[in-house]
Amino acid sequence: MAGSSIMDNLFQRTLEDLIKGFRLQLVGESALISKAVEEIRREIKSTDLDIKSIALQKLSYLSAIYGIDMSWAAFHVVEVMSSSRFAHKKIGYRAASQSFHEGTSVLLLITNQLRKDLSSPNEFEVSLALECLSRIVTIDLARDLTPDVFTLLSSSKVFVRKKAIGVILRVFEKYPDAVRVCFKRLVENLENSDSQIATAAVGVFCELSSKDPRSYLPLAPEFYRILIDSRNNWVLIKTLKIFAKLAPLEPRLGKRIVEPVCELMKKTGAKSLMFECVRTVVTCLSNHESAVKVAISKIGELLVDPDPNLRFLGLHALSDVAPTHLWAVLENQEVVIKSLSDEDPNIKLESLCLVMAMVSESNVADISKVLVNYALKSDPEFCNEILGSILTTCSRNVYEIIIDFDWYVSLLGEMSRIPNCQKGEEIEAQLIDIGMRVKDARLQLVQVGRDLVIDPALLGNVHLHRILCAAAWVVGEYVEVASNPFELMDALLQPRTNLLPPSVRAVYIHSSFKILVFCLDCCLMQNQEHVSSLDSSNLAVGYSGLVAGKKHTETRDFASCEGPTHDAQNEGFSPQNSMDSSEQLAVQNNAVRIVTQDQTSIATSLEKNNFTLESIVGLLNLIELVLSPLAANPDVEILERARNVLSFVQLIKAEISDNSNQNVDILDKKDAQVSAIVKLMCDAFSDELGPVSLNAQGRVAVPDGLVLNENLDDLNAICGDIELPSSSSFSIGGPHFGTTSDASPFNLPKKEETEPLNESASLLEHRKRHGLYYLPSEKNEITYDDYPPPNDPQKKTNLNDESEDLSKLAGQSLSLKKRPNQTKPRPVVVKLDDGDVVPISVKKPEPRDDSLSGAVRDVLLGSEAKPSSSQSNPSDKSSGTDKKNLSSYHPSEIKENVIGAEMPDQANPNRKSKHHGRHKERRRSPRKTIEGGEHDQRENKKSSHRHNRHKARQGSSSPLNVAPQTPVIPDFLL
Amino acid sequence: MIHFVLLISRQGKVRLTKWYSPYTQKERTKVIRELSGVILSRAPKLCNFVDWRGYKVVYKRYASLYFCMCIDQDDNELEVLEIIHHYVEILDRYFGSVCELDLIFNFHKAYYILDELLIAGELQESSKKTVARLIAAQDALVETAKEEASSLSNIIAQATK
Repeated sequence: MAGSSIMDNLFQRTLEDLIKGFRLQLVGESALISKAVEEIRREIKSTDLDIKSIALQKLSYLSAIYGIDMSWAAFHVVEVMSSSRFAHKKIGYRAASQSFHEGTSVLLLITNQLRKDLSSPNEFEVSLALECLSRIVTIDLARDLTPDVFTLLSSSKVFVRKKAIGVILRVFEKYPDAVRVCFKRLVENLENSDSQIATAAVGVFCELSSKDPRSYLPLAPEFYRILIDSRNNWVLIKTLKIFAKLAPLEPRLGKRIVEPVCELMKKTGAKSLMFECVRTVVTCLSNHESAVKVAISKIGELLVDPDPNLRFLGLHALSDVAPTHLWAVLENQEVVIKSLSDEDPNIKLESLCLVMAMVSESNVADISKVLVNYALKSDPEFCNEILGSILTTCSRNVYEIIIDFDWYVSLLGEMSRIPNCQKGEEIEAQLIDIGMRVKDARLQLVQVGRDLVIDPALLGNVHLHRILCAAAWVVGEYVEVASNPFELMDALLQPRTNLLPPSVRAVYIHSSFKILVFCLDCCLMQNQEHVSSLDSSNLAVGYSGLVAGKKHTETRDFASCEGPTHDAQNEGFSPQNSMDSSEQLAVQNNAVRIVTQDQTSIATSLEKNNFTLESIVGLLNLIELVLSPLAANPDVEILERARNVLSFVQLIKAEISDNSNQNVDILDKKDAQVSAIVKLMCDAFSDELGPVSLNAQGRVAVPDGLVLNENLDDLNAICGDIELPSSSSFSIGGPHFGTTSDASPFNLPKKEETEPLNESASLLEHRKRHGLYYLPSEKNEITYDDYPPPNDPQKKTNLNDESEDLSKLAGQSLSLKKRPNQTKPRPVVVKLDDGDVVPISVKKPEPRDDSLSGAVRDVLLGSEAKPSSSQSNPSDKSSGTDKKNLSSYHPSEIKENVIGAEMPDQANPNRKSKHHGRHKERRRSPRKTIEGGEHDQRENKKSSHRHNRHKARQGSSSPLNVAPQTPVIPDFLL
Repeated sequence: MIHFVLLISRQGKVRLTKWYSPYTQKERTKVIRELSGVILSRAPKLCNFVDWRGYKVVYKRYASLYFCMCIDQDDNELEVLEIIHHYVEILDRYFGSVCELDLIFNFHKAYYILDELLIAGELQESSKKTVARLIAAQDALVETAKEEASSLSNIIAQATK
């Protein structure tokens, strides 16, 4: 045993040897690591602490650098920690702070060791223990070691004391009750003359106040003093941070600090401090105009600084100030816009935010145009940032800033064609949303949708699939305003649609269904009109007159005309009376027809006789040809929708074929049947879809007996890996139609196997019949994957041009001048009364009424201290510090304070009121009377109960956790 | 507060890690991988701040080493840059024109120096001289202990135990 120990001792590899080994061995690192770990496992079992500690040192090196697990060595860590030698101890503590965590079981063993080291005479050992404690503190450790840390808070050694202050923060977090014991001492350290100690204490308060600022309001005078007196930039920055948290809670505080903050901002040479002042002003003193002016002039300096850090921070500060002082952004707009072409992506992003902040109703079109052009030329990532921010800005508050929806819809179309665009889902949502909300935009929307759907090149781009989905839905849903439904049908059924994911394809099929129904309906209507016009010529005259009259009517008319129609149709939709009301419907539909034809009459392609029987039959054949292979598609959505369409087609075909030869006899009985079916389908689709309120779900009453789980956390475990099907958003495709689905016999599964062949065969046939391809724009179809990118940026002008362009924009449109006259009135945008969109709310941190802040409030606001704390709070101490801090101290106060010493921190309310001459009265019941005395308007009735101080205090402090109590805060600084 | 400190070489090798917030070993590895990807790919002369998972990472390159510190959103970036610089200066003073090799071979010393500079994610000592003095004192303490341990008599004493 002894022999091996010597051998180990002499031949053990030190950390340096290990590192050298790694330096020499360039390949096979992992083998070396496992070898080293093997060695360490052997050595660490040694009884010799030297060997053990070196092994541990090596292990912690491997763990820190290579991420090797060292939890297995936890017990060895404890052993090395408890060595009496400093060198060992140091290694042990480092390993502990690196590897221990809440779940480490040996933590239970180290409490005594920590306690021993915390009270060691060797300050370095204390420091090791403190450092380790700050990392590994648990609730148990915090509870057990609070007294020790408390003692160290007033250690005579600065070195130890400042560390103890740093550690106390972590102790508070774990064990809020420690606040009762230690808080007063912590506050005392704030007042310490040693700058290191004060720095540490301010650091702790900075952290504490960032979590729950309200509790620390009573300490404001102390912080104020530091702000005025301190010359240490580290401290000043932290103090400013504290004030940034406190000032919003107490307006008077803002007034008070604005002066010194401005002074600091002007005088200081340190950029970090200056920036902190700027940030404080723009975030929480933004209602102090003069201060904001100074801050913005400083921001202006930062913006033109050669240092990218300062430029970035300048832009960042500017975006902080933008919501309240837009003029500041406008003042610096040239720099902001120039930064759009900065080489640093972070700076670009910031300036993009600022540009978007400048967007208003009057300039949104210009800015968007320039930005979209700029996006074309930027790298993919920034391109999408630009697009994303345009989309978000324009859609904010239900398209608040959009006046001209036609323009916006075209912009969406344009954005979709940007090669790098990956904003498919957002554009999709907006296309559909606008369709549902803005009736007047539908014409343009269908136009844009048509352009998208019809372009075969777009189908190959995965990022566009969501947009195509929306486009397909739009052209199907609003087909009545389309210029050429046949063209749309061709587009929706083009062969390249097999590149689409099933969910999107299902939408395509369903949209083609809608278009088919529309065409049939039109055809029938036309024939009816034709016949009736033969019968009574005056009707035809009336009709054409109507058309002529309506020709240039505003789109608004269309909308108003459609409303009642739908009502009527809705009534008629229930099966039993659909036949009865068909006549009425015919009239109504006629109205619709007239209007729609008026709409589309601008487009030449739609002539009345377009909807001939031949064209319809052609359409039916086309659909049958394309969709029949899909009737055995493995995807359920496609399958069902394809079958629906197919069986409908078959139904119609069967009806038509009987009388296809006798065109003249169009008002045949059979045809009446067809028209009845068509009408039925038409009605099914006529119900307009509207936006759905976010709260819609809330209106559905929870059925009795249904227990809803409040906490859905366990859901993550269940469906952690399951991706939400992206198709879910599109179940709104249309109202359900059960009429035709049963007509189709269920196809045999065997068809599935032959499907690909089947499909391509049918496509070939299709090609033969319809010429080369459906769409003239296509050229080489056969290779699907190497399509030209949909929209190549033709010319790559350099960025300088672009930035010139951008700055031109700055000159022109960013200024807040309104356009002299809007050419168009803003169309109606449907908004729901409640919860239409998530209201853009200011993020407000939840008041954290956790135990920590509760404890702090208790201490600061003088609730009854727990017995334990009053024991460990020597009362003479408290009066001592009070004396030090009060400039005018009355003997009576001392007396009172000694009496009230068991209440940990009465010092603060006392201090802040030193300029007033009401000490005596106040001393009796410090908090309450200050209030009563200083602010008569905030009469607190409880203040009269001076005899029962404790009770009153308790009474008022217990609801503290519920409602933050502003009245308690006296005017600290006056 | 500072959540962690990373030293990464230009080649993506980790030279030092110090975690002030609880991260499991798995998370640590992930953080290092993610951040070194982000930071090393940034061109020189860009700004030294990176937004990362709701935090800010402030980094600065000294010769072949990137010093990275992760801070909260509302912390002062420039202050952290100063802390980094402060640390580098102390290292420089301690090792005498520090280079990456110094940190590789004296990895634990770099830790101890950092521990004197920061505690619980806060700056605790802003004086370079004090840190240098403290480190020297602790070194001396370790050295005397080591000498004692490695003296021949000690080895003999152990062997004959």
